[in-house]
Amino acid sequence: MFKNINPSTVFPIINKVFKILFVIFILVLIVGLVESLYLSPKDYVQGHSVRIMYVHVPAAWISLATFGSIGLLSLFNFIFKNKNFSLIAKSFAPSGLVLCIVALVTGSIWGKPTWGTWWVWDARITSMLLLCIFYLMYILAWNIFKQNVNKEKISSIIGIIGIINLPIIKFSVDWWSTLHQNSTVKVLSESSIHPSMLLPLLIMTFAFILFSLLIFLMKYKIEVIKFKKKGLERI
Amino acid sequence: MINQLFIMDGYGVYVWSAFLFTMLSFISLYLLIKKQLVREQAIFVSEFLNLSEKKLEAVKTKKINKEILVNYPNFNF
Repeated sequence: MFKNINPSTVFPIINKVFKILFVIFILVLIVGLVESLYLSPKDYVQGHSVRIMYVHVPAAWISLATFGSIGLLSLFNFIFKNKNFSLIAKSFAPSGLVLCIVALVTGSIWGKPTWGTWWVWDARITSMLLLCIFYLMYILAWNIFKQNVNKEKISSIIGIIGIINLPIIKFSVDWWSTLHQNSTVKVLSESSIHPSMLLPLLIMTFAFILFSLLIFLMKYKIEVIKFKKKGLERI
Repeated sequence: MINQLFIMDGYGVYVWSAFLFTMLSFISLYLLIKKQLVREQAIFVSEFLNLSEKKLEAVKTKKINKEILVNYPNFNF
């Protein structure tokens, strides 16, 4: 099964779909911004500051999902010894890190009018900061070490250890008394968010997924070119 | 209406700064990765051009090299 997921088969597909995805991303983003900033209603308690949720929440969700993917791919790399897994995992990291920073910064901007402070060392926020540090360590591991074997092993170990932090982030609001609010969007039970607010949130989430995918595809191309360049040197 | 869109009952400065930070982060990351991609493609092309005729023939048989050089129409595969 994994033989089909290799640069030679994926690369032509990337070249074909990239422009289409880019156009879809721009269209979805425009619709999402209009919904978030103009059409959606203000919250009866938080007022217009609730609009920050439309960038903060998708950024947090996708940065979590991205690190989850990095962790799983790192684990697969250890088990199946397939270099392509580490190339894919490495290509996920830049968009994951940027979205994690976006989640922290926009959360901080939201905190000022809502809680009266830019930052608190609360369980959810601190564990998100830890995720950001894991992203940085993962990216640094790829850049610091000279030998390829060391780069792959150490970055994979960081990816696998970092997975432990993900359930802590998710359940931190339930396990500890935090300033951060509980989840309003739930998959297994009924969400407490109003549909008029859920719609822009989902549109923006889709836009952020498309952005992450575009960055991933470009980064993956870079990694494949680097890999093939080494092949040219060896001929 | 315009006033309401920008001021948002006093929350405008927070809302707009959050959205601006997000969009600037996206644009910066996109441009950074795009620059890296163009640079790596240019390095690949220069190494490709330095190959001897014999090596070039061997490399041309690989489909992926053609895909990498898809933006460089001067290469005949």
